[in-house]
Amino acid sequence: MRQQNKTKDFILKNIIYIAFVIMLIGLSVFAKAFLTTNNLINVLRQATVVGVLSMGMTYVIISGGIDLSVGSTMALASCIAAAYATTSTAIPLPAALALGCLAGILVGLINGIVVSYLGVVPFIATLGMQYAVRGVALVYTSGRPINALTTAYTNIGKAYVGFVPVPVILFIIIALIAWFFLAKTQFGRYIYAIGGNEQAALVSGLRVKRIKCAAYVINGLTAALAGIILSARVAVGSPTAGETYDLLAITAVVVGGTSNEGGTGGILPSIIGVFIVTVLNNGMDLLGVSGYYQKIVTGVVVLLAVIIDRNNVNRNH
Amino acid sequence: MGKQYLFEMRGVTKVFPGVKALDDVTFCVAPGSVHALCGENGAGKSTLMKVLAGIYKPEAGDILIGGEKVTIINTRDAMEKGIAMIHQELNYYPDMTVEANLFIGRETTYFGGIVNRQENLRQVREVMEAYGIDINPNARMKELTIAKQQMVEIIRAIAFNANIIIMDEPTSSLTDHEIEILFKIIRKLAAEGRAIIYISHKMDEILQIADTVTVIRDGKTIGTAPIGELTKLDIIRMMVGRELEDIYDKREIPVGEVKLKVEHLGSGRALEDISFEVRAGEIFGFLGLVGAGRSETAETVFGLRKKDAGTVSLDGRELKIRHPADAIKAGMAFITEDRRQYGLSLIHSVRQNCVISSMSHYTSTPLAVVSGKKEQEATASMIQALGIKTPGQETKVMNLSGGNQQKIVVGKWLLNKPEVLIMDEPTRGIDVGAKSEIYSIMSDIAAEGKAIIMISSEMPELLGMCDRILVMCEGKSMGIFEKGEYDQVRLMAAATGTKKEEIQV
Repeated sequence: MRQQNKTKDFILKNIIYIAFVIMLIGLSVFAKAFLTTNNLINVLRQATVVGVLSMGMTYVIISGGIDLSVGSTMALASCIAAAYATTSTAIPLPAALALGCLAGILVGLINGIVVSYLGVVPFIATLGMQYAVRGVALVYTSGRPINALTTAYTNIGKAYVGFVPVPVILFIIIALIAWFFLAKTQFGRYIYAIGGNEQAALVSGLRVKRIKCAAYVINGLTAALAGIILSARVAVGSPTAGETYDLLAITAVVVGGTSNEGGTGGILPSIIGVFIVTVLNNGMDLLGVSGYYQKIVTGVVVLLAVIIDRNNVNRNH
Repeated sequence: MGKQYLFEMRGVTKVFPGVKALDDVTFCVAPGSVHALCGENGAGKSTLMKVLAGIYKPEAGDILIGGEKVTIINTRDAMEKGIAMIHQELNYYPDMTVEANLFIGRETTYFGGIVNRQENLRQVREVMEAYGIDINPNARMKELTIAKQQMVEIIRAIAFNANIIIMDEPTSSLTDHEIEILFKIIRKLAAEGRAIIYISHKMDEILQIADTVTVIRDGKTIGTAPIGELTKLDIIRMMVGRELEDIYDKREIPVGEVKLKVEHLGSGRALEDISFEVRAGEIFGFLGLVGAGRSETAETVFGLRKKDAGTVSLDGRELKIRHPADAIKAGMAFITEDRRQYGLSLIHSVRQNCVISSMSHYTSTPLAVVSGKKEQEATASMIQALGIKTPGQETKVMNLSGGNQQKIVVGKWLLNKPEVLIMDEPTRGIDVGAKSEIYSIMSDIAAEGKAIIMISSEMPELLGMCDRILVMCEGKSMGIFEKGEYDQVRLMAAATGTKKEEIQV
């Protein structure tokens, strides 16, 4: 009896991973093109942009917040970086990248200040920033995409080291750093504590406002990096880029099992969430499922993930 | 029996898990009477009134209205039977108008759906005119003063023909002038033959407005008497006088130098000119009734509440505290009253909760990398030292008992090696066994030469554990009592608003 309960517990707690494995096996059997090197590398590359984006998002969601402005931040940061990386305007590449990242950090800082120091609900604060930052990107570029980027810049998205695409390597590095700070440092512990009970964290002497603010800054930075990778891959800095990416990143994080109420989750779950969402879409492409149906399936998966999370929380009470 | 009372509660018993909140209580109120209900914190006043108002169902006992036995199913049923309760904390819809608030759920309507505002307004105006109340029925609730919001509740009671009106601490946030107006209305209501049940801690008000007093203590009726037969001290004597059990592990600890010194502390309307000092090895108590400002004093000292006046010094050094982090750095710890809200993260593990306020002890620079091993050692040391019963360090604290949760909060702070511990209601909601363990832990801490501030609503535990007790009332200090001066009647007299020097027993 007890053994049975344990098995049931295990299945319920890991249902998302179990579903992922079943999905992988199913696709390998039914979609011949799935298990080919080309396709797998394609999946990896597709996963990188949302992957990088979801790293910062994981920090924000664990701290009990949400950020809807990352898609706009991607566009602004990539346009700024791209503007200094066209064949006619190029400055040293690191400087151009630094400017793009700085823009992302600045957006994150504003989000953080509005949320933690001015006390605006994160959903509304970052929704406002979604519009405002998109507007800044459009004004900055006069609404025109930035073309003729230097090879050095586009290599960030297109080049390979051996058979591994550069963006994949970047994703691995960023993920390792994100994992290290969240799982291994005092700062990471504080992010979890604030998401678990903000008032108790304050009484325990945590500089709650500062730490929450830092989570948004990190998210701004990873959004900028994701934007730069995307613009390098498509070789254009577009002010309209990344329009659905905020929701994709949130989807990946939540599907991975990070509770949308804060306090639990982690980098590895988010990475798995990214792959679930990416493989799901890739698999449906291979099976010839129309884009319309793909949206329905993605929606159902998100809802299932949240319902499972709620159930786990309720069962623990 | 029967006709002489408007309502009777006879032999009412109410049991909560682990506590008998009401034990065979009898409470009878005559029509036209302003009947005061007195008792210490937790004596059972609110529970009794909630039974009457249909919020709780009693396990035993009868309620009679006009001599007839009735069963009160729920709050709506209570209202229909003429019982209205005006809560200490008012419930209302702040953005809706006074009129809408008054009639919510009982609107006069056309065709059973469209609100007849004119008729509603007419009824409101009628009541206000009759009682000399002046409130704009079209104003939004949130725009009114607390006194006027309370009046709205009273208007509601009258408009729905309530005969039995319960007022729970109605004057706690009113000015003297507003109290006068309230008393005028209460007298008029009583003159009409309604019964007013007046719950208050303020003895002077009770003597002024009530004609009869019932005192309950520990869920039992101690007595009912006409106000003329009692003095203030008589009532207090009936309220206190609980037996002191010996579950307190109070030890003789030599008292050392002054550790914490607080002078002329003030914070908004909550605190005024609070001064005290706590010495090494001493347990210093704070006594007061709910809302007296004890927790607020602790919050202000600890940097959770803005300090408007006064100084806080530790070991003779004045502290600048703007954030709890400053207080912790200076060597303070604050075991808060509500551990679920302010003490613990319930979804996290024993380990995560234990180490959170002393994290810098387990990290190495430059990136503040945490050593999991050091965290585990620290947690293990507290599980052992405090006897925390848990399946393991990774068990979520939501799965532990209240006593064990409380020990985790204590452990979290001890890991910081504080010099001054503030403990706000350290034994609330935990069983007797766990209580006595907490008392032992407190004595252990004091024996190490630390200073402890203990805030409690339970007088026996303060008498049992504390070397000195400061009594507060309405944000002010009523005086500090030394161990030799402990006397429940004198302490309660101070808690109900008499300065220590003025108490004559």
